[in-house]
Amino acid sequence: MVATPTAPTSTGRAGAGDAAWLATLAGAPLPSRRQEDWRFTDLKALTALEPQMITPADPLAAVDLPAGLERLSSSSAAPWLGQALAATASAEHWPVLLNSGASAAQACPLLALRVFGAAGSLDLHLDAGSTAGLATFRLLLVLEPGSSLELLLRPSSSGPNALSLVSEVILAPGAELKLGSLAFGTEESCLFQHTAVVQAAGSRLDHTAVAGGWGLARLEPRILQRDGQAFSRLRGLQVCRGAELADTHTWVRFDGPEGELDQLHKAVADDQARSVFNGAVRVPRAAQRTNAAQLSRSLLLSDRARIDTKPELEIVADDVKCAHGATVSRLQSEELFYLRSRGIASDQAAQLLQRAFCEEVLRDLPAAAASHGPLLTLLGRA
Amino acid sequence: MIRPDAPVLLDIRDLQAAVEDQPILKGVNLTIRAGEIHAVMGRNGSGKSTLSKVLAGHPAYTVTGGRVLYKGENLLEFDPEQRACIGLFLGFQYPVEIPGVSNLEFLRVATNARRAEQGFEELDTFAFEDLVRERLAVVQMDPAFLERSVNEGFSGGEKKRNEILQMALLEPLVAILDETDSGLDIDALRIVAGGVNQLASPDNATLLITHYQRLLDLITPDHVHVMAAGRILRSGGKELALELERTGYDWVDQELDRLAAGGQEAGRTPVEVG
Ligand SMILES: Nc1ncnc2c1ncn2[C@@H]1O[C@H](COP(=O)(O)OP(=O)(O)OP(=O)(O)O)[C@@H](O)[C@H]1O
Ligand SMILES: [Mg+2]
Repeated sequence: MVATPTAPTSTGRAGAGDAAWLATLAGAPLPSRRQEDWRFTDLKALTALEPQMITPADPLAAVDLPAGLERLSSSSAAPWLGQALAATASAEHWPVLLNSGASAAQACPLLALRVFGAAGSLDLHLDAGSTAGLATFRLLLVLEPGSSLELLLRPSSSGPNALSLVSEVILAPGAELKLGSLAFGTEESCLFQHTAVVQAAGSRLDHTAVAGGWGLARLEPRILQRDGQAFSRLRGLQVCRGAELADTHTWVRFDGPEGELDQLHKAVADDQARSVFNGAVRVPRAAQRTNAAQLSRSLLLSDRARIDTKPELEIVADDVKCAHGATVSRLQSEELFYLRSRGIASDQAAQLLQRAFCEEVLRDLPAAAASHGPLLTLLGRA
Repeated sequence: MIRPDAPVLLDIRDLQAAVEDQPILKGVNLTIRAGEIHAVMGRNGSGKSTLSKVLAGHPAYTVTGGRVLYKGENLLEFDPEQRACIGLFLGFQYPVEIPGVSNLEFLRVATNARRAEQGFEELDTFAFEDLVRERLAVVQMDPAFLERSVNEGFSGGEKKRNEILQMALLEPLVAILDETDSGLDIDALRIVAGGVNQLASPDNATLLITHYQRLLDLITPDHVHVMAAGRILRSGGKELALELERTGYDWVDQELDRLAAGGQEAGRTPVEVG
C-alpha cells in the first residue's frame, strides 16, 4: 500500500480538517446539510481526513477467476463505463464525482469483469488498510444474456481513511446476479459505496448490503429496470453505535411494465449513533403492473441514538401494487423477560434478540460471507 | 405429598404488588414445602398471573409490600435470570414468540445457565442434543420443533408443551405453571399432566394455576387456594376444587363484602375450610 500526499490545492495548503482537497478532487463542493439528500449526514469524519491518496492493492490479483468470467482491460471496459451511472441519474452525485476525480488523479484498480456463463462465486476483499487518506475502487460488472454470478464484496478499513467504491452493473436479459457486500470499518473511517445497476427484462438481481462500524457510511444502491419485467431483491443492514453514522439512500426506478421489487432494510442504532434510511421508488406511467414492496425496520437500543427513516414513493402508473412500511422499535420487553425468566442474563438475552434481528438479512448474503463471521463483527460477540 | 417437616421452599407473606400505581396483589400469603403440589384457582382477573409474574421478577410489576422467601433467601432481591438459575420456573399462560431465535439454541443457553448455577459443566451442542432428545420424550414432542424459532407459529398447545419441555430441561425446585392446561387437547392434556407428575419429586414443588378440575383429576393437588381481588380468599385440600366445580364463585362476592365491612386485616389471613 502506497500513500502519496496530494499537491497543495489552489485554495491554499491542505491540512487535516480542511476539506478543500476533496472538493478539488471531486470538482464540486462537498454536499451540504441544506441539500435534502444530505440533511442528516454529518461529514465531519470525512473532512477530518489527512489529504493524501492511498493506492490500494488490486483485489483481483489475489484470486483465481472462476470459469465463465473474464477481466476486461481499461480499454475494453471503456465503452461500458458510465452507462449505469447515467441510467440511474447518479453520474453527478458527489460521491461519484469524488471517485471519478480520485481515479483520474491516481491509478486505482479498475475491477472490470465480463460474465458470459454460469460463473459460480467470487469473494473480493477491497481493503483501504490502516493508512490515512482516501482509497478509491471502481467496479464494472457486465453480465451477458443468461449468465450468472454470485459476488461478495468486502470493503474494509482499519484506519483513519475513506473508502470510495463505485460499482456499475449491467444485467442483460436473463442474467442473474447475487451481489453481496459486507463492509466493516472503524470509528475513524468513512465508506462511500455507490452501486448503479441497470437491469434488462428477465434479469434478476439479489443485492444485500451490510455495513457496520464506520464513523460515516453512506450507501447508495440505485437500480433501473430499463424495460420493467425484471426482479430486484434488495436487502440492507446497517449497525451503528458510539458516535457512528450510517446512511443508506436507495433508489429504484421502473421504466417498463411488470417489474418487481422486494426490499427490506434494517438498522440497529445504539449509544449516540445515527441511522438514516431513505428509500426512493419511482413508478412512472410506463410501469403498469409493477409490484413493489419496501419495508424498513429499525431497532433503537439507546435513548440518545437517532433513527430517521423515510420511504419516498412516486407512483404515476395507476395499475400497480406498491406496499411500504417502516417501524422503529426497541427490544421487545416481553421477549426479553421470557429469555431472562429462563436464566439468560439480560445482556445475553439482548444479544440473542439483536442477532435474530440481524440474521434475517445476513442469511441473504452469498455463502462466502459466513466464513467472515459477520455477526461477531457486527455485534461484538456471538 | 404433605410432610409437615419438609423444608419450606417458598414462603410468601402479605405480598402486595402494583402495576403503574394500580394495586393488584393486596396481601397474598402462601407457604409451599418440598414435595407439595398446590393449585391456585380463581376468577378471571383475580391476580393469579400477576402473582406468578411477580414471583418470576417481571419488571412491569412493583412490589409495594410484604416479602417472599425462597429457601430462606429474599427472592425479591434477585433478577429474573438469577431466580431461574436458582430453580424457580414460570410456565407462562401466554408464551411469547421470538422470531429468529432458534428454539434449540435457546434451550441450550437456558439449560447451561441453570447448570452453571448448580455447579455442573456446560453442555456442548452434541451433549445437549442427547439431553434434549431424552427430555422431548417427557412431553412426546416432535424434534422438528427444535429447529424452529422459539414458539414462532407454534399452536397454543404446542407452546404449552414447549414450556413443559423447558421445565424438564431446567429441573426447577419450584415450578409455577400458569394455565398450562388451557389450549391443550384431551390427549395433550394427559401427556402434559403425565410430564408434570413425572417431574414432581419429594424435593421440589409445583404451583398449578388452573380454572378446571380436569387438570386436577390428573395431577392431584395437596392444597387448593382460591384467589379473589388480589389475595387468597380460601385454602383447602383437593376437595375445595370439587366444591368450586359445584358452587362456582358466587360466594366470593359475599366473602369480599364481608371482608370489606370487617376491615382490611381479616382479608390477609386465608380462611381454612374442609
Ligand atoms: N401489566 C398490566 N397492566 C395493567 N393491568 C394489569 C397488568 N397485569 C395485570 N393487570 C390487571 O390486573 C388484574 C389481574 O390480572 P391477572 O392477569 O393477574 O389475572 P388472572 O387471575 O391471571 O386472570 P385469568 O384467569 O384471566 O388469567 C387484571 O384486572 C388485569 O387487567
Ligand atoms: Mg392469568
